[in-house]
Amino acid sequence: MAGDAIPRDAAASGPVEAGARVGGPEAARRKGPVARMLDSDLWYSFSRSPLTVASALVALVLIGGAVLAPVLAPHNPFDLATLNLMDAFNPPAFMAGGDPAFLLGTDDQGRDMLSTIMYGARISLFVGFCAVLFAMTLGVAIGLVAGYAGGATDAVLMRIADIKLTFPAILVALLVDGLVRAAMPRELHDRIALWVVIFAIGISNWVQYARTVRGSTLVEKSKEYVMAARVIGLSNLRIMARHVLPNVMGPVLVIATLNLGFAILAEATLSFLGVGVPPTQPSLGTLIRIGNDFLFSGEWWITVFPGITLALMVLSVNLLGDWLRDALNPKLR
Amino acid sequence: MPLLEVRNLRVEFPTRRGTLTAVDDVSFAIEEGEVLGVVGESGAGKSITGAAIIRLIEPPGRIAGGEVILSGRRIDTLPAEEMRHVRGRQIGAIFQDPLTTLNPLYSIGRQLVETMQTHLGLSDREARARAVRWLEDVGIPAAAQRIDAYPHQFSGGMRQRVVIALALCAEPRLVIADEPTTALDVSIQAQVIALLKRLCRDHGTAVMLVTHDMGVIAETADRVAVMYAGRIAEIGPVREVVKSARHPYTEGLMGSIPSLGQKVERLRQIDGAMPRLTDIPRGCAFNPRCARVFDRCRVERPELMPTDGPSRAACWLYAGRGAERDAA
Amino acid sequence: MPLDAAPTREAERPLVEVEDLARDFDVSKPLLFRLLQGERRRILHAVAGVSFAIPKGTTLSLVGESGCGKTTVARLVVGLYAPTRGSIRIDGTDLASLTTRAAQAPVRRRLQMIFQDPYASLNPRWRVGDIIAEPIRAFGLLRGRAEIEARVGELLRQVGLSPKDAEKFPHEFSGGQRQRISIARALSSNPEFLVCDEPTSALDVSVQAQILNLMKDLQARFGLTYLFISHNLAVVRHMSDRIGVMYLGRIVELAPGETLFARPLHPYTRLLLEAIPDLEMTGRQRTPVGGEVPSPIDPPSGCTFHPRCPFAAARCRAEAPPLRRRGEVEVACHAVEEGRLPG
Repeated sequence: MAGDAIPRDAAASGPVEAGARVGGPEAARRKGPVARMLDSDLWYSFSRSPLTVASALVALVLIGGAVLAPVLAPHNPFDLATLNLMDAFNPPAFMAGGDPAFLLGTDDQGRDMLSTIMYGARISLFVGFCAVLFAMTLGVAIGLVAGYAGGATDAVLMRIADIKLTFPAILVALLVDGLVRAAMPRELHDRIALWVVIFAIGISNWVQYARTVRGSTLVEKSKEYVMAARVIGLSNLRIMARHVLPNVMGPVLVIATLNLGFAILAEATLSFLGVGVPPTQPSLGTLIRIGNDFLFSGEWWITVFPGITLALMVLSVNLLGDWLRDALNPKLR
Repeated sequence: MPLLEVRNLRVEFPTRRGTLTAVDDVSFAIEEGEVLGVVGESGAGKSITGAAIIRLIEPPGRIAGGEVILSGRRIDTLPAEEMRHVRGRQIGAIFQDPLTTLNPLYSIGRQLVETMQTHLGLSDREARARAVRWLEDVGIPAAAQRIDAYPHQFSGGMRQRVVIALALCAEPRLVIADEPTTALDVSIQAQVIALLKRLCRDHGTAVMLVTHDMGVIAETADRVAVMYAGRIAEIGPVREVVKSARHPYTEGLMGSIPSLGQKVERLRQIDGAMPRLTDIPRGCAFNPRCARVFDRCRVERPELMPTDGPSRAACWLYAGRGAERDAA
Repeated sequence: MPLDAAPTREAERPLVEVEDLARDFDVSKPLLFRLLQGERRRILHAVAGVSFAIPKGTTLSLVGESGCGKTTVARLVVGLYAPTRGSIRIDGTDLASLTTRAAQAPVRRRLQMIFQDPYASLNPRWRVGDIIAEPIRAFGLLRGRAEIEARVGELLRQVGLSPKDAEKFPHEFSGGQRQRISIARALSSNPEFLVCDEPTSALDVSVQAQILNLMKDLQARFGLTYLFISHNLAVVRHMSDRIGVMYLGRIVELAPGETLFARPLHPYTRLLLEAIPDLEMTGRQRTPVGGEVPSPIDPPSGCTFHPRCPFAAARCRAEAPPLRRRGEVEVACHAVEEGRLPG
């Protein structure tokens, strides 16, 4: 009685109708998709939180800069012809001895820090996104099948998930990466190193998706619209994919956003340890590792700026994920 | 002086899209020992009315106007601490779901004893003895043994009986029962309704029975108020309202209930649906669906007015003797 | 396919024939717990041997309280559960004999189901038009978007909504309107047989009247056969030609509608009728019978109603009565058979 803050049917019931036929004024009030989005509760919650808007902007800038690096970067750090060892170890432009052409200084080979950071962020983001995509696909699929099939299938899959959880994610990634390296000849490995890292991070992370999706699937499975589909005689696969999946994807988005931060950090960790992406495609982690050698000899900018970028990227993505989780949680509204 | 008087009660829920008025200017009174049924469909505001009287509206909802007067004293403005004493001691409550009303972690005996000690200041032994008597009264078999059992060890019907005992054990003057039998099987419903009737008659307790089930009202209530879109459409003695309704909505409602008497080919139906609370039509809220609508209904909102019978109805058909059908 | 063809009553074979239908559920604790605690298996006999037939174009209702198995029967008939025992024949074809999805399709097309909860029976992520068109697409009845759209529009009109509603999502509709959409979906494959599981129990009374009237209109128009499940006797009386009263998984009485209400035989039927509130205000003095529905996992011996039956005798505790025919009524009661019942 007092539990429902707003009388349920009042909020949910349709418009006033003179007869049982609908049409007329309701049709005229239909809005386009953009208008609907701006009108939605999600946008309202977003625009009300300054922290979220700020993180969104930061994330936008970082991601934009990374994606558009080939277009926006002032220099091309991979073009050996433009490199000049004389430019090496320039401090950032705002410090004494800095060169305005190199806003954030240069590294030991004369590469512009800003450009390398942009390209590095590109790699980091690419690996991060792909790893999350992979983990999401794997986790959602396993969770969906486990939840829908139930019984022995469910038990087996969830035990596999439990076993996987006993290993720390980074360790699993290291393990997978190490195994692949040992199993493959060097040149082949260098070519597919990026994908190996993506696979390693992805496979270390799928369990959260699986568990959440399994829980939601169990709930949706017993709902009558699924029964209606079964009465028609649709195959289980079709029901899972077309009916259940759209309804369990909600929390997945939140997990993915929060996971992105982790994935980027995981890649940075692996690269920092020297087992991540190949040196020909340096990510932010690689840059941090390289710069680490020069940290205590005074050229701090070579490691600090990539570090700050990484931290900002992960922070903004995490804050966005936090907001999304709260905004999508019906109980908190 | 009536036991409970509600005057011009108004309950609002501020939402992002504007203010929802769930209860709009509702007034009625309950005499000592009387059973008033409050009936209506989903969204009519009957549950909110009951919740407002005992101040259980969850924020951001709030009582935005009007007065609730119990035995001559205003209770809608009482501080929270004093309201707690009113709840239980003077007004008892029975909700729909006994599973959530009873605390699953405490035995039913303990919950009864606690209630009686809080409100009646009885000693442990006295309270326990009374608790056993109450359980016997509500028909729990082997009450003396089962008093220490936990709620989950009882069936739905038994639990609801315990809830009735809990509501009545502090000897309130008024009990608000919100859909007390809706979740129960038909045969159990009958038992529980009969029990409620008997106990309230024996103790002289008044009842405000909120439900959508007209049959329960017909059996139990002395008077009934029919609510529609947050307002009272008709109020009067139960026999009058059920058998010769005055308000067109009540008429339609009674006609749409399949009965065990006369078998009809087609049930009377009222086209359309109750309006959303954000979209209440101008004038009389029922006017888009009313078969006897005329111009005034679309413009002016009717208050409860006397009809050619003992009931009052909020309908312009009864403005003065005979209907005024001239354009407003 | 002419949808408005007047129904021809084939008096020969009933459209639906159910014989000795039973369904058990294993509700034992997991194996490990059972071994450790030394418990036996617990079997829930949700449906314990039910038989009935529904002639084409008529409505049979199953009525009873919670735990009586009527919803399980509904789900068995549409093939959502496999029966533990017994047979279900639709127009002579035994459903169990069809093993592949392809073989089942022609039969599935002829039956459909309407559910109780209007808020859970429509996929919230699908548009109404797609929801209604799904059976059409699944059975390949029409091809081409324009044709399907036209058919969906026609169905929406038949249930009292507008063709423009096809673009909307379910949350934009009220409970009653959603049930109409469910009905439109059920009709889209041109079925002959509709299983309705408490279709109006979640609706307000005035909306219920609209839906019941709609269902009766559709039945008259398309010659539909209904299996109507409900706990509300008044609704059942309004809708049915014949009514089956169920208790703990069995049918205890099966009679034409008016006969059941005028001359109820089985003591449980009498109890149910006594329990209905007196809306007519005849001042009828009701004597509610005591007791509650026992758990279906551990039902009483013999006739499962005997603990609550005012006419129970020794034989009732020992022997479960079979469903016996007395004229147009079938009833399972020793007291009736022995002529011990008054009236």
